[in-house]
Amino acid sequence: MKILVAVKRVVDYAVKVRVRPDRTGVETASVKMSMNPFCEIAVEEALRLREAGAAAEVVAATVGPAQSADTLRTALAMGADRAVHVLHDPDPQRPLLPLAVAKILRAVALQEKAGLVILGKQAIDDDCNQTGQMLAGLLNWPQGTFASKVILDKEKATVEREVDGGIETICLDLPAVITTDLRLNQPRYATLPNIMKAKSKVIKKVTPEDLNVDIRSDMEVLEVTEPPKRKAGVILSSVDELLDKLKNEARVL
Amino acid sequence: MQRVLRVAAAAAARLAGAPRWGPAAAATVRWLSGGRESMSYDVVIVGAGPAGLAAAIRLKQLCRAADTDLSVCVLEKGSEVGAHVLSGNVFEPRALDELIPKWRQEDTPIRVPVSSDKFWLLTKNKAWTLPSPFDNKGNYVISLSQLVRWMATKAEELGVEVYPGFAASVATNDVGIAKDGSKRETFQPGRMTLLAEGCRGSLSEKIIRNHKLRESGQGQHQTYALGIKEVWEIKEEKHKPGSVVHTVGWPLDLNTYGGSFIYHLDNRQLSIGLVVALNYRNPFMSPYDEFQKFKQHPAVRKILEGGTVLQYGARTLNEGGFQSIPNPVFPGGAIIGCSAGFLNVPKIKGTHTAMKSGMLAAEASFKTLVEGSSMELYWENLKKSWIWEELYKARNYRPAFEYGFIPGMALSAVERYIFKGKAPFTLKHGRPDHEATDMASLHSPIQYPKPDGQISFDVPTSLYRSSTNHEHDQPPHLRLRDPTVPERVNLPLYAGPESRYCPARVYEYVSDEKGDQKLHINAQNCLHCKACDIKDPKQNIEWTVPEGGGGPGYTVM
Repeated sequence: MKILVAVKRVVDYAVKVRVRPDRTGVETASVKMSMNPFCEIAVEEALRLREAGAAAEVVAATVGPAQSADTLRTALAMGADRAVHVLHDPDPQRPLLPLAVAKILRAVALQEKAGLVILGKQAIDDDCNQTGQMLAGLLNWPQGTFASKVILDKEKATVEREVDGGIETICLDLPAVITTDLRLNQPRYATLPNIMKAKSKVIKKVTPEDLNVDIRSDMEVLEVTEPPKRKAGVILSSVDELLDKLKNEARVL
Repeated sequence: MQRVLRVAAAAAARLAGAPRWGPAAAATVRWLSGGRESMSYDVVIVGAGPAGLAAAIRLKQLCRAADTDLSVCVLEKGSEVGAHVLSGNVFEPRALDELIPKWRQEDTPIRVPVSSDKFWLLTKNKAWTLPSPFDNKGNYVISLSQLVRWMATKAEELGVEVYPGFAASVATNDVGIAKDGSKRETFQPGRMTLLAEGCRGSLSEKIIRNHKLRESGQGQHQTYALGIKEVWEIKEEKHKPGSVVHTVGWPLDLNTYGGSFIYHLDNRQLSIGLVVALNYRNPFMSPYDEFQKFKQHPAVRKILEGGTVLQYGARTLNEGGFQSIPNPVFPGGAIIGCSAGFLNVPKIKGTHTAMKSGMLAAEASFKTLVEGSSMELYWENLKKSWIWEELYKARNYRPAFEYGFIPGMALSAVERYIFKGKAPFTLKHGRPDHEATDMASLHSPIQYPKPDGQISFDVPTSLYRSSTNHEHDQPPHLRLRDPTVPERVNLPLYAGPESRYCPARVYEYVSDEKGDQKLHINAQNCLHCKACDIKDPKQNIEWTVPEGGGGPGYTVM
């Protein structure tokens, strides 16, 4: 059984993000990029499933510009067997949205005949939390999102999901889509020998056109601005003053 | 991602006691991961800075020309190439022209030629223009972090393997142990090891000490300065691409050598920094706060007003020059770049000489590994190269300031305009930097102005802008040789200077339950500048390399 893991190249979590001076988007030039942390967890889970014998091959996939190949190399260095790179140059005005990504991943999953697709629950740049769910819908496959535990056997996946009320355990018939949450696992470090071996692993390059996917976006980004600077607080001297301010300045009473 | 490569003590002993280098004495790099896998390299270069990468590129060029091949790998402790690279930088392309003559036709990040060169003497409120002692015609204002990234891609194109996120260190046992007891990976040095760790490199200092390389070199100890820098994005109307300004005087006093720089890049970016020599006397001085103070000078703040800070960082640099060059050759390898110390102090440039030293070491390594000669060739060729000639001419400027600011300026003028570097004498350095600190009783605490959050900032804000971080599950990498010295010596005699000179405020004296002041080390904040390793009065603080991948994340510094 083949597992497809989708990964995304995002601005590194430790970088102080700022808006481009022309307000078309977030500054990404000369900024450190890494694999989305939830995607790292997804790769790790796929590798553990393969090591436990539940799967035969782990294929990593990403959609992005030429530099996204670095992210795939990281996945290969962690232990993925092959990778697929869907080339797409980003346009800040018409960014690639989850629906387009889901359509592309659907094509890749069908082409690769994947039995399971694992993704991170959301990307730390746009925080959409939509791609996994849309992908399952497009494929008409069952989904187990916010997974904190995955048990796989021949025909089904038992997934423990982190939901607001606690942990929900569901059973999915394969093929299925799973999105990972933080507590699922601790991703492994890529060792130097594996990084070197990863250089010779195959990355297949395709374009959205090759996959017959139309990624034209219906949304256009007009402007990106920083949140307003937080104003200093005011220390008040009495409850009467507080009531007065709430009533007359903030007008919430 | 963090990993540590620890060179086994046996290997270190081998480096110390090995017979004269010869082609038969080849030890391959063995990569042990639980003893199962192993990798071999002919040349291992520690540090992906200008010297290390220039050496790597030169090696592969020589291989191609001779139709042979050597395996070359570059290990870099930063999470990516350039993450730990910080420099002014006004770049002299002399060495790059020799290494990659076609750089001008490519998309090299060297785009801004120097357009003007000014020199100011600052007093508290005024800036007096002095004749500029620099000649920057043909030079460029760059971000060295960006240049080094480009050099890494050039190196990889030639077949060099560059591994960021890997630190190299010497351990006392074969296998490294993490805080939680898990094992780390080990490796043994290659047939040739080039150390390119930058100023006060941790491995280089050990090798220099163990092999007495200062004594067999030019003889004098190394002297240092601490540079603290910010890159700003300023308002369009204040930005003049290629403008270069250096200042001396305020806020530093007549007993402290140092000065500032303000370089305009492109894209409305500006590099601004203060460099303070580490042989300063007053233990209450905080170079970080002096830098924040400097930015408030009317002539400086008007450039910065309305702008935002993109990045902050700090790094020490060599000021010893010609007199402090060690013998850079040791059994099994050589030291290149600022780890040896080739910075031209009056020019305040060290990148071009670092690159050239890397190229010379590469040429000697090639001859040694392929033709059987010896690395002594590197030392000999260094002495015959333009590095030597250039550093010789520049040798008296910095030591002249041992006599004070005014005599220093006067002697510098004499050196420049009358002797032109051919003076019949060579001045010596003063005491080593760590011995220069006066007792706290001779000085009083300095009241620094509070940061305003627009032009000047507090340390936590600045640290955030350096993107520095370390995995906390590791033993602290700042080691005290004697853990009682801070409370016994540093605090009572010198008022705990480490709590002031560290630009990341790693060292703090906090009261414990009994009310006594104890040293607390916030190793996670460390910027890898090495100031503490240099300036600690009893040389009790030892900077050792933490797990790879940690430390600052510079991209435009």
